[in-house]
Amino acid sequence: MKYNIYSEKVMDHFQNPRNVGVIEDPDGFGRVGNPVCGDLMEMFIKVEDDKITDIKFRTFGCGSAIATSSMVTELAIGTDLHRGLEITRGEVANELDGPPPIKMHCSNLAADALHAAIVDYLIKQDRLEEFGLSPEEAKKIVHPEDPEH
Amino acid sequence: MDKEKGVYLDYQAGAGVDPRVLDVMLPYMTESFGNPTSMHHWSWEAKKALENARRAVADLLGSQDWERILFTSSATESNNLALKGTARRLKKKGMHIVTSNIEHWSVHTPLKALQKEGFEVTQVEVDEQGLVDPGDVESAIRDDTIVISIMMANNEIGAIQPLEKIAHLAHERNALFHTDATAALGRMGLDVEKMGIDLLSLSSNQIYGPRGVGALYVKKGIRLEPVLHGGGQEFGMRSGTENIPGIVGLGKAAWIMAMEGEEERRMLGAMSDNLIERILSTIPGASLNGPKDPRLPGNVNVRFSYVEGEALVLGLDSYGIATSSGSACSSKTLEPSHVLLAIGLPHEIAHGSLQLSFGRWTTQGHMEKLMSALPKVVERLQKMSPLAPPEWLKEMYGG
Repeated sequence: MKYNIYSEKVMDHFQNPRNVGVIEDPDGFGRVGNPVCGDLMEMFIKVEDDKITDIKFRTFGCGSAIATSSMVTELAIGTDLHRGLEITRGEVANELDGPPPIKMHCSNLAADALHAAIVDYLIKQDRLEEFGLSPEEAKKIVHPEDPEH
Repeated sequence: MDKEKGVYLDYQAGAGVDPRVLDVMLPYMTESFGNPTSMHHWSWEAKKALENARRAVADLLGSQDWERILFTSSATESNNLALKGTARRLKKKGMHIVTSNIEHWSVHTPLKALQKEGFEVTQVEVDEQGLVDPGDVESAIRDDTIVISIMMANNEIGAIQPLEKIAHLAHERNALFHTDATAALGRMGLDVEKMGIDLLSLSSNQIYGPRGVGALYVKKGIRLEPVLHGGGQEFGMRSGTENIPGIVGLGKAAWIMAMEGEEERRMLGAMSDNLIERILSTIPGASLNGPKDPRLPGNVNVRFSYVEGEALVLGLDSYGIATSSGSACSSKTLEPSHVLLAIGLPHEIAHGSLQLSFGRWTTQGHMEKLMSALPKVVERLQKMSPLAPPEWLKEMYGG
């Protein structure tokens, strides 16, 4: 029986978030969420040879939103862009030992923010096609409209 | 209360039972367990205990009429009984009820249920301080208005409502006046007769009595349609074998509060006034939710620009400080507090509220612990918030 709605791992990432901050002049930038709903995330990435060499985030939101942002940056750093795009919402949730169901919404945002940053980079580099993305698909990822809102 | 567990600043959510209350309750579980309805001598002690508890609660409310205190299982039940009991009884006279938009769910939801039975409900909107304007109540009253229900003080933002004026308006138009006094009980002086209150709901735990016990004051001459039907206990208005140990506990809690309340209110008021002042003057982006005055002593509800409330609660919890928030993430519905929305806060700001409520065992030491942790928690969250403009952060925190 779990009495604390958050796992130890979530609490650790909330208390000691990794990669908090801003990258001046990022290669890719993603911003998802809506403060009206209580969360907003920003991801900044630096890319070299198709690898994410640096990543930073800023989050306005609940404990779960902050923890998952931190967790996503750890999963993403050092990986190549293809892998970065494959990091799923479920993967993040699993890594965090499963946030409570009502918090799935905030933890989903973190993977979305990462994808938005990567796709922003691809758009700037004009390489969408290479990654099998249409401009419409890319637009949806960079400016997602969350159906829950 | 329990020092090992850290600092508890969430009294509005629940309070410990005063050990003096527990002491008088215990014998009614193991020794004097008679049922007051019985005829034999075991019932006498139970009857006497019931009567004493009624007298103590009546005394705390400023009423002479101890026979008008009905015991229930909770303030929620009291609110249900007051609203459904009067509405159903008076429906031939009228089907209209007036209330406010910052009531507790235990008033709001029974009224919704009554709407399904055909009653009409008008919600008067509070101002940005969380106060009901009696003028708005006056314009909401109709010829077929039977009950007006406005809480005595709001549990979240501590706003104390101008009840006397509203009760007067109700009586002028021949309607009953009910108030949910759960949050206010023990935190302000009460005189139901002078205030013109017809029905008043209260909870035992609010004054350090046990949970699972509440009461409803029903002014002489008012009859209610029961919600719980059965053996006709509580003057035929609330059936069910009396929870004597719990009722004895409530009685003792009321007695202690009547004796010590004034001093306690002074202490809590001084602490919360001082804390509000300190938070507003030392923490960047802090503002107060609800009125500075008239406000319940011991209630502090503040918000901080650019941060979310649940993160504040979690951050403070890691310092061993228990608080609560009206943010969406702290609720089961993912909607921010309806009270904060009612005072006109936009959603994104309502998410950032932090509620601190003090009680009998709150000390100045707790305030110091809070004030050593809170600025750090707020700073950390503001610095990682994409909503905080960099110039603002620089101005507030330097480099």
